[in-house]
Amino acid sequence: MSHAPTAIDFRSNAQQVPPKMPAAVQKATAKFLGNRAALVEALGNDFWQVLRQAGHDIRLHSILHMDHYLEQAERAVTAAGGQVHWATDAAAACGIVLDIARRHGVRLAVKAKSMATEEIGLNHALEAAGIRVLETDLGEYIVQLKGMGPAHIVVPAFHLSKEEIADLFREKLGVDAQPEAEKLTQIARAKLREEFLAADLGISGGNFLIAETGTVITVTNEGNGRMCCTVPPVHVAVVGIDKVVPDWESLTVLLKLLARSATGQKLSCYTQFISGLPRASEETGPQEFHLVLVDNGRSRILRTPECRETLLCIRCGACLNICPVYNSVGGYTYGYPISGPTGAMFATQILGGAAAGALPFASTLCGACNDICPVKIPITDILLYLRHRVVEGDEQEGRAAPYPLKVGAQIGAAAMSTPWLYRVGSQLLKRLQAPLVSEGWIAKLPPPLNRWTMSRPFPAFAADFRRWWRSRRA
Amino acid sequence: MAIKAQLFITCLAEQFFPGVLTGMVGLLERLGVQVAFPEAQTCCGQPFFNSGYRDQAREMAAKWLEVFGSSDGYIVSPSGSCVDMVRHHYLTLFPEGTPERRRAEATAARTLEFTEFLVRVLKVTDVGAAFPHKVTYHASCHLLRGLGVREEPKALLRQVQGLTLVPLTSEETCCGFGGTFSVIYPEVSKAMMETKVRSIVESGAEVVVACDGGCLMNIAGGLRQAGSPIRAMHLIEVLAAGRGAS
Repeated sequence: MSHAPTAIDFRSNAQQVPPKMPAAVQKATAKFLGNRAALVEALGNDFWQVLRQAGHDIRLHSILHMDHYLEQAERAVTAAGGQVHWATDAAAACGIVLDIARRHGVRLAVKAKSMATEEIGLNHALEAAGIRVLETDLGEYIVQLKGMGPAHIVVPAFHLSKEEIADLFREKLGVDAQPEAEKLTQIARAKLREEFLAADLGISGGNFLIAETGTVITVTNEGNGRMCCTVPPVHVAVVGIDKVVPDWESLTVLLKLLARSATGQKLSCYTQFISGLPRASEETGPQEFHLVLVDNGRSRILRTPECRETLLCIRCGACLNICPVYNSVGGYTYGYPISGPTGAMFATQILGGAAAGALPFASTLCGACNDICPVKIPITDILLYLRHRVVEGDEQEGRAAPYPLKVGAQIGAAAMSTPWLYRVGSQLLKRLQAPLVSEGWIAKLPPPLNRWTMSRPFPAFAADFRRWWRSRRA
Repeated sequence: MAIKAQLFITCLAEQFFPGVLTGMVGLLERLGVQVAFPEAQTCCGQPFFNSGYRDQAREMAAKWLEVFGSSDGYIVSPSGSCVDMVRHHYLTLFPEGTPERRRAEATAARTLEFTEFLVRVLKVTDVGAAFPHKVTYHASCHLLRGLGVREEPKALLRQVQGLTLVPLTSEETCCGFGGTFSVIYPEVSKAMMETKVRSIVESGAEVVVACDGGCLMNIAGGLRQAGSPIRAMHLIEVLAAGRGAS
């Protein structure tokens, strides 16, 4: 089921973050957060909280009745001339798209930005079958040229400077690129235009799937997404089953929340509604439309009450932007295309604790993500639950953390909850530390606390209150 | 009848900040509160809960509830983080409908962080303190977002004679402590701590105040590492600096 067999080593990845990365990330996230804050203020915080609650309730209702709404969506898509496919896991989803591609003799597929296809590793599967896959979202195009994945779920290449992108274009495209945003965009636009016209297949994701009309909604800021869905003769939309919402009224609330939270826009430049095939009266558009509905572990998330709200996520990226951990390490450190707090929550469940057990611990539990989430996902509560699942295991996964840790926790808990042992221990530590203490601080400690003292001294143990309390009462 | 407060001293404050605890007793008594100290208390279990060891955390929570559940009056603590553990996470440790759950709910309802207790229960913001220094305030995460205490600490600081409160850029951004996070991902913790220390230095303050031991040991250590003369203090230490005879 998992397509990431090796364990994600968050610490090692964090150690390899290029020195310039954090500042570039922080500059971009600050801009998005600033724009967002201004729009929230314009709406009024009270109304914003009403919207968040409504968004939460709509999304929760949607996933709790997912079976009903998905079947409704399937009927609507089929009635509108589209074909619906169900994929239980990543391999099945890739297989379905590959079959469609083979049937049409596809040589070039153009892609709109889609996290679901990143999740299932679609590009790799198509390329392995000899099909050229081209990302057409400007940010995705850039990171694809660089041989990387997205560093952020909304703005994949936001960590790269204009200079770096110009260098990349010169190297990979053989053009004379200047480090100016407009000129760089022109270069990409000219290159991509030829590819759109040559493509045999267009692939997109979907931000939402409206059950009542079977409409796939894509929310973008670039016309490329629309080109992918309309120019090639075949369009495949790969959509997670969690994306379904009941109706258009639901969508209006979610759209109000999405762009404001993501980029600090009232609405993105393009909001595309795709309901099956084009009507007979319309002349443009694909001749075939396929909707691939991907489960890939979502049903299991839904079955677990402690973490089912993971599926409420509308992938706005606000929790990445506000997260002090994400801002310190950037997206690649998470080792998964969906990064930040929401990625940690999602990847741990999709990949399993053995592969992604490092991720729920990659949080200080500061809770900034909970407060900014437009659909009120209790992210840190879910991360806490996942920490528990990683160290103590469950029926399906077993224990992911090494056994000695468990024994250590048992001994530690016993010592700390036995009053006399706790009191003797704290006095003993005061004695033992004596040779290490200078001016109330300990400069170097043995493992594992050397990981603390490598960055700052540790305060000296100083338990004295109980003696003071007793002497005072005597 | 005097208001009663049971001291929930927390393991971190007990081990590293005895002055905060004696200061808390002094302040509460000065405000006419009848203070008691349940001596059988140890740790609320948060380190285990946050590390994923829920069985251990549950045992410790049960003991904590045994110690404090039978006490009367308010339970007052110098740590927003530990109060957040009791108020919110204890509920997830005990299933609904069990006697432990009922006890957890009843006990949590009268467990308050120190500034919450002063401002919301005692309705006091001026405790008669004097502290003639330039001070900036770091909002501890669990106090701010866990308990929703944003203005109370600053309201208390504003009433301190001689104290100048200067703003801190990114006041509400985590300092990078995160409990075991600081040793699981030390490089990330360090980066966050250094960002926090930089903004404290830029604030021009002589003293940075916070309301949680974890943040304080991280920030104070970071300031010392940076060779900065700025002191990191618990709010209680500032409030305990009296106006002479009172």
